[in-house]
Amino acid sequence: MSTSITGRSAVDELPGPDGRSPLAGDRAGTGRLGDRLFGGAATASGLLVIALVTLVGVFLVAQAIPALQANQANFLTSREWATAGTSPRFGIVDLLWATVVTSVIAMAIAVPLGVAIALFITQYAPTWLSRPAAATIDLLAAVPSIVFGFWGLTIAGQYFEPVAGVIDAALGWIPFFAESEGGPSAKSTLAFAGVILAIMVLPIVTAISREVFAQVPTAHKEGALALGATQWEMIRTAVLPFGKPGVISAAMLGLGRALGETLAVTILLSALNDGAPFSSSIFNGGATFASKIALGIQEANTATSTGALIAAGLVLFVLTFVVNAIARVVIERRKAFSE
Amino acid sequence: MSTIELETGTRGGSPAPAAPPTLSPKSGSRAVRDNLARIVMWGAFVIGVIPLVWILVSTILKGGSMLLESQWWTNSQAGITNRRVGGGAVHAIQGTLIHAAVTTVLSVPVGVMTAVYLVEYGRGRLARAVSFMVDILTGIPSIVAALFVYALWVTTFGFQRVAFAVCLALVLLMIPTIVRSTEEMLKLVPNELREASYALGVPKWKTIFKVVLPTAFSGIVTGVLLGVARVMGETAPLLVLGPYTQVIVTDLFATNMATLPTMINQSRSENLQPALDRVWGAALTLILLVFLLNLLGRFIGRFSKVKG
Amino acid sequence: MKTLRLGQLASIALVGSIALAGCGSDNNAGTGATAGSGSSGSAAAADCFDGTLNAEGSSAQKNAFEEAAASYTAACSGATVNYNPTGSGAGIKQMLAGQVDFAGSDSALKTEEKDGVVESDAAAQVCGSPAWNLPMVTGPIAIAYNVGGVDSLTLTPTVAADIFNGKITTWNDPKIAAVNSGVTLPATAIKVFFRSDESGTTENFTKYLAAASDGGWTAEPGKKWTGKGEGKEKSSGVAEGVKSTDGGITYVEWSYAKDNDLGVAKIDNGGGAVELTGETVGKAVEAAQPDGEGNDLRLKLDYATKEAGAYPILLVTYEIVCSKNKDAEKGKNIKSFLKHFASADVQKSLEDIGYAPLPASVQSKVETAIEALS
Repeated sequence: MSTSITGRSAVDELPGPDGRSPLAGDRAGTGRLGDRLFGGAATASGLLVIALVTLVGVFLVAQAIPALQANQANFLTSREWATAGTSPRFGIVDLLWATVVTSVIAMAIAVPLGVAIALFITQYAPTWLSRPAAATIDLLAAVPSIVFGFWGLTIAGQYFEPVAGVIDAALGWIPFFAESEGGPSAKSTLAFAGVILAIMVLPIVTAISREVFAQVPTAHKEGALALGATQWEMIRTAVLPFGKPGVISAAMLGLGRALGETLAVTILLSALNDGAPFSSSIFNGGATFASKIALGIQEANTATSTGALIAAGLVLFVLTFVVNAIARVVIERRKAFSE
Repeated sequence: MSTIELETGTRGGSPAPAAPPTLSPKSGSRAVRDNLARIVMWGAFVIGVIPLVWILVSTILKGGSMLLESQWWTNSQAGITNRRVGGGAVHAIQGTLIHAAVTTVLSVPVGVMTAVYLVEYGRGRLARAVSFMVDILTGIPSIVAALFVYALWVTTFGFQRVAFAVCLALVLLMIPTIVRSTEEMLKLVPNELREASYALGVPKWKTIFKVVLPTAFSGIVTGVLLGVARVMGETAPLLVLGPYTQVIVTDLFATNMATLPTMINQSRSENLQPALDRVWGAALTLILLVFLLNLLGRFIGRFSKVKG
Repeated sequence: MKTLRLGQLASIALVGSIALAGCGSDNNAGTGATAGSGSSGSAAAADCFDGTLNAEGSSAQKNAFEEAAASYTAACSGATVNYNPTGSGAGIKQMLAGQVDFAGSDSALKTEEKDGVVESDAAAQVCGSPAWNLPMVTGPIAIAYNVGGVDSLTLTPTVAADIFNGKITTWNDPKIAAVNSGVTLPATAIKVFFRSDESGTTENFTKYLAAASDGGWTAEPGKKWTGKGEGKEKSSGVAEGVKSTDGGITYVEWSYAKDNDLGVAKIDNGGGAVELTGETVGKAVEAAQPDGEGNDLRLKLDYATKEAGAYPILLVTYEIVCSKNKDAEKGKNIKSFLKHFASADVQKSLEDIGYAPLPASVQSKVETAIEALS
């Protein structure tokens, strides 16, 4: 059974005889009542989805605008977040930085590792290993994120201290990797939050990549092997190119999760105090969009403080969307070239 | 060293051979690279599996004993504070199942029909718009979905925070998963089946209803279960919309209903052994539920597989 | 028909979960073996009710509330009392939105306008009658620390302010040594942990620092931390942070300091070092001035008190209730539960889990007020 939750599959890559996608809107529908009802219901569902998204967007914007108007600081460039009182000042720079850094770390670890594991399961592993391994990883895709966070804080976190030390010793001359004096303990840093996010999205990336790799036509693979390719050459020339769009979607889905992850990050990350100097190090604390919302929403008692958080949510929404859109463009372009 | 031409443009720098490739034994750098790749894959597998197995093992070790007590499955936490042992998780299990069931019932018709629209009916701008909106929906962070429902349900309509409101937020997260997986499955249904049906004079809606959807059924179920698994572990919407309770509540419109994620969240707030045991117990229970759902999905998939 | 299966499946799941609902039990009587120091006050609740009460608010009173609810429901099996510890502001917000029956808060409803709203007026409007603040639990805030080799630590408000301000950065700073003669202080760096969520505990602690430190703490007291340090989520987060960090220090409810085996600093406001015990807290609460009309019992704390043997960093958490509930039944239920909560037995039992019982004088006033609820 093959399932993909990415919306991309082999079928997307295979145009029909007229060069269009094979199934889009054939004209077999007739004017019969049943057809009109069923087709109408399908169209209505589609319209409902459009309406839902529009409604979400409108609501978020409507609640964010008054707060943004009251904002005394520049929303896009300020590092402050003080929403109480009559002259609120808030901006998203720190949130954006923490969100992007943790997600990039998560992706840098999870994507290569996930692809490699998927390749291992589909191409290398003996059958006795590949099935249970695949089942276990699928199971882990369902572990709630709060458990990853709690596990990171109470069990795994202490082992990250020496790892951080090694990274600092080797790459500390780059400010990005430098451990700061008096900074938070290693398990409360952006770096470790990124690692936990990586572990969290790893099953997702692996599961989807695995499905895509499993769909590579046997003829392609056997063709490569028959030409004398080594297994690695076969993978590089037949499996990877075929699976690339799927892997990109898998990565995007994982990235979407990482960007929006709330509880795991809230549990782990140390917040910075007001007026802390900006640090470009991954061994520093911070707050992501989602964790800021989670920490602030309960005590947000005024339209301004709620609106400010919703505005942050809106930016997160847009950020996730832009990433998805880029992925879509990349996949589409690839498709165009491969024809 | 022999060179081979496999696919154009994918192997940088290797000149195309004029003669057919000779099947000389693998040698030199090619063999080294192949072995290196093999080692890297094994290594990646081991490295990647360590934390995953670690988290699973710690959950089982720390939570397993809770699940072996019969009252875990028969009792709620009524009257049990964080510093006392005893009580069970049945209130949270029920809550989670109810949330999942209601969310599924609400999402599946919309999700499946949207997929049908996209695959079978959709054309032109509207189809592209719907597809685009599904993409956006995929990207909605769960906390943003919860904020939206809070703004709509509580702020605008003045309703109570009830389980049903949580379900509405979860529906937003589940619909795109269902649309995408169903879309996928419908695309895999061979066009010949449709054409054969049309040739017999079967109207389009009946073709979809009686031929296309049944053919894709097992795949759709798997997709739905994936979506269910995802929403069962969601915590953020529950924090905003679904206050916890220690007792059994099955009324969708009652104000407090327990779920496993909120039970975890409530119990993790203190460093007390009985509470920590419950964190891991609830986590393991949730994983187990999802596991059972997957088994069910596989069973249905095998049972209802259309041959051909 | 295959297409119907999905619907069938859903209905099976739904029926299944409802069927399961039949076999669960809320009866945990006899299973509540006490672990550790917790104990339950024996419920003397005569007038039980059948139904559910929902409260929400301060996480500082969560443990106390849970104990009281547990002993209440043990005696009244038909009753359910839920408490959602989301924070004081959240509790008041949800009460104003009609989402909960009463709120728990670390500070009384504000009587002056803030952000365009006068809380007590808004509450009165929602209730249709004046809303009362009933002090119910007094939770001392501990300055909890974890410094290797230091078992006893005394802090004065000025030194504490300097530590939480980031002006003192190592444990062997002369200013700390000056008030800790005889204690060997290491050169470890001080790591301050603060609440990253907005919290009534932060508000009360900064109120104390501002009131008692003679200008050492200049920032406006508030729910959002304005000092230095590293932010952690909720009381559990800061306690965990200190526990796992040598040189860590934080402000946290006493129960969390106890549960995590953290050192608790003695406070010297000028009348000698005061250890944190139920007794020293009781003494400080006793000295608090009532500041409200009739049964609306606000307490005004004297943070800067120099009275010997009175622990000054306190947090009084209130239950905020409608004096006259629109739903008479609800009013009766609230009354019944709060009566139990305020009873001497229950109050006494809270001492074991890090709270201080209400002093007798305050308690009797609270009981009078509860009697007047409807």
